[in-house]
Formats: sequence, structure tokens, C-alpha cells
Amino acid sequence: MFEQQDPNLIQLNSAGQLKHFLTTEGLSREMLTEILDTADSFVDMSAQQVKKVPLLRGKTVVNLFFEASTRTASTFELAAKRLSADVLNLNIKTSSTSKGETLKDTLMTMEAMHSDMFVVRHSDSGAAHYIASNVTPHVAVINAGDGRHAHPTQAMLDMLTIRQHKGGFEHLTVAIVGDILHSRVARSQIHALRTLGAKEIRVIGPTTLLPRHIEALGVTVYTNMLQGLKDVDVVMMLRLQKERMQSALLPSESEFYTLYGLTEEKLKLTHPDSIVMHPGPINRGVEIETSVADGPKSMILKQVTNGIAVRMAVMSMAMGGQMTEHQAERESE
Amino acid sequence: MVSGVIKVDHLLTKMAADLKTLITARQIDNPMMIGIHTGGVWLAEHLHQQLNIEDPLGTLDISFYRDDFSRVGLNPKVQPSALPSATEDRHVILVDDVIMSGRTIRAAMNELFDYGRPASITLVTLLDLNRRELPIQADVTGDTLHLADDELVKLTGPVPLALEIRKKDNL
Repeated sequence: MFEQQDPNLIQLNSAGQLKHFLTTEGLSREMLTEILDTADSFVDMSAQQVKKVPLLRGKTVVNLFFEASTRTASTFELAAKRLSADVLNLNIKTSSTSKGETLKDTLMTMEAMHSDMFVVRHSDSGAAHYIASNVTPHVAVINAGDGRHAHPTQAMLDMLTIRQHKGGFEHLTVAIVGDILHSRVARSQIHALRTLGAKEIRVIGPTTLLPRHIEALGVTVYTNMLQGLKDVDVVMMLRLQKERMQSALLPSESEFYTLYGLTEEKLKLTHPDSIVMHPGPINRGVEIETSVADGPKSMILKQVTNGIAVRMAVMSMAMGGQMTEHQAERESE
Repeated sequence: MVSGVIKVDHLLTKMAADLKTLITARQIDNPMMIGIHTGGVWLAEHLHQQLNIEDPLGTLDISFYRDDFSRVGLNPKVQPSALPSATEDRHVILVDDVIMSGRTIRAAMNELFDYGRPASITLVTLLDLNRRELPIQADVTGDTLHLADDELVKLTGPVPLALEIRKKDNL
């Protein structure tokens, strides 16, 4: 694992603008709202014949994916292209040894290509912070998921989806269900929901998949899903990471589904106007019943569309933050 | 510090009349009116009403098209652009509060073209500050104003609409 620092020391510039987007933790409510407002404007852009704006024209965005991803990588690619950037996609398999050194070498190679932004996914927590603290100044870094730590663009696209359907956060009870322990998505969601002022955040899962001391993040813990879902406005399901199954944290898929799968029956316990979200890819019949995933409360496809808008928002904001900072430095010289 | 206030009601009446004459002369039928955020939208609301334009008023936020993004970054208060329909083959009346360098209008035209190829664009501005940096001119203006180097002008509104001339040091 890489060493962690106060994220805002590196993700904000001297004027308090975003210049990297590494985590939702520590960002102000105003900043999160600015991201959502900007993303909303990009959602409306879909009415344009030419679905492209010239903000990142002439900039090179490199998608550095050290860990497999389909939808995150492709929506980041589309977001960058809609901002008129040139995009390079690199899928790099991590070797289990000497990761730090390999990473640094990769970065130096990419910098030699005059890249302006790195979108990074890595299986190690803190990788995006590490890269942001080691890149040449003026290169923006966007975290596309690091280990168990954070997946901030996923959390923000979830926040955008909630705001579009619920108008705000203050009155909401939100339940996050599933494998909380391994989930960077859950962690970023919790930080964002707290900052945006959600009334109550519940986490629901088996004891083996709940991090110890998670209450310290300001959430209520439920191991019984039937109790946890009562009257909630938003159900955020997590993907059951099957690759974790070997570690004996779970008895079996079918038992997990019985206890923590979101079925039509269990959904009836929630508020009548509730919505259901899932970051994808969904395991039908493992975390969620097919009729729920395809049902009227499901926001799953809406989330994908919103993902493009949110990624366009943070990419243009971070690039802007980098450029204004260096403009200010040039002028003071 | 506000050093002067200009009322805009009579300017708006004059602009509406000039615009009416112009679109008749140009034989423009059923135009689409679009205001540029924020001041342009306020003015366009009045003109839209006075000219009895059928299509709902469109609004344009040019933040994503500005040419100074690399200097000032993204406007933190960007608002959605909302056009009533595609601009393809439509006669567009574009409304803004002030034309100075012409850069805002260039950005607005770039954005409009991403919604389709308009048949024509007619530009209406309340004030012309006569400091053009690009070869773009308004078709209808309320008034021309020469500001001192340390002055700027701001439209306040939406009710009542007024133009305030301020000293730059005291924003």
C-alpha cells in the first residue's frame, strides 16, 4: 500500500479549485454540488446534434487501467472524447512485485508523450494519490478506482442519479447493501452522502463483509436486511465480488442471495417511492432479482448515462484547475 | 462602487421595434429566440413577449465553449443550455446584454452550430461597448457606450432591469 496524505492538499489548487479528483472524502458540500451542477449541464448536452464540446481540445488523456474494467473505462473514454480530447487507452497488467517502480516507469513514459491527464484504475489503495503526488505539475489525475479505497466518479454519478430523482439529500434514508468490506464504491458513497447531508445512511451486510468500526463513518449497521430496508428511499446495491469468494468470507452464493439479495418481496419493505441503484456489472440472481434490476424502480441504466456526464464534469474541472494554477504561476514570474 | 445607473425600459422598447422592422425586412418567419445566460436571458424574456414569438424561449450557457478556459478554468456556476428545438434550418435571434470583444458571441455561435445548422442568426444586444477584438457586429443594439478603462458595466435584474456602471476596483 502507498502512503496516504490529506487528499485536499493535492486534489485542490491554491484557489481551492479541483485539480485532481482522487476521493470524495474531505471535499466540501459546495465542491460536490459544483460537480453535480456541472454534470447536469453535460446531461443536457445530449440534445445537441454534435455531442461534443471543445473544452479539452488539444489535450491528451491517458486511461491507465492496471485493473480490468469495461464500463468505467469506456465511459471515461467517451467522456474524454465528448470533451474533444485525444484519448489513449492502456490496459496494463500489474506484476505482483516492485509495483512502485513499475508504476513510476510507466508514468515517466506517459509523461514523455506530453499527456495532460491520467485516468487511473489500480488494485492498490492509494495508487491515484501516489501518481498525483509524483506526476509533473500540470498533469491532472482522476481516480477511476483504487483498491478498497475510493471510486469517486462512481459515487458522484450515484449522487447525480439520486438528486435527479429525489431533488436533494436532506430527507433521505439511504441503504448500501452487500460486500461493504471490499467496496471502494461504498466508501466513496458514504463520504459523499454524509457531506451532501443525507438524513440517514445504513449499511447492510453479513458481519464478515462489514469493515470493523464502520460506525465511525457515521452509518448505522444492519446485518438483517429486512430490518435495514424498512422505509428507505434509496437502495444502493453493491456487486458481490466473486473473486473474494475463495477467502471463505461467504458460505455460498445461494445463501447470500437468500439473506442479502434484493428481491421484489424485500423491496416492498422500502418507501413506496424508493429507487434502486447498482454500480454494475450486476450478478442477476446473486445480489439482485432480475425483475428488480429491470423494474420501474431500477436506475441502473440511468446511472451509466450519468456516469459519462459526471466524468466529463470532473475531467473539465480538474483540467481547468491545473491550467489556471499554471497560468497564475506564469503571470507572477 | 456604482457610478451610474441606466434604465433599460425605453431601450428595450426601441430594440423591440428595431428588431421587428429588421425581421420583416429580412422576411424572417417564425424565428427562434435564444438568450445567453444570464443577462441575455432576462432581456430575451422581454423581447420574446413583445414580439409574440411562438416557440418557447431558448437559453444558452456558453461556459463549455469559452476561449479563456485555459486562463480561468470552468465557470463554477454553469447552467444547462435549453433550446426549444433543433436549430437546423431555423432563423435564430440571439440575445445578449453587452457586446464587447465579440468572444462571447463567437462561443455562442459555435455552440449553436452543435445543435444544427441555422438558416440565419440575428444578433441583438442591449449595449455595445465598442471594444471589438473579433469581426462580429450586432444587428440591433439599444445603445453604444464608451467606458473609461477603470469602469465596467453590469446588467442587474431580472426585476427591475437596470445597467450599473461600476469602478473596477470595487466589484
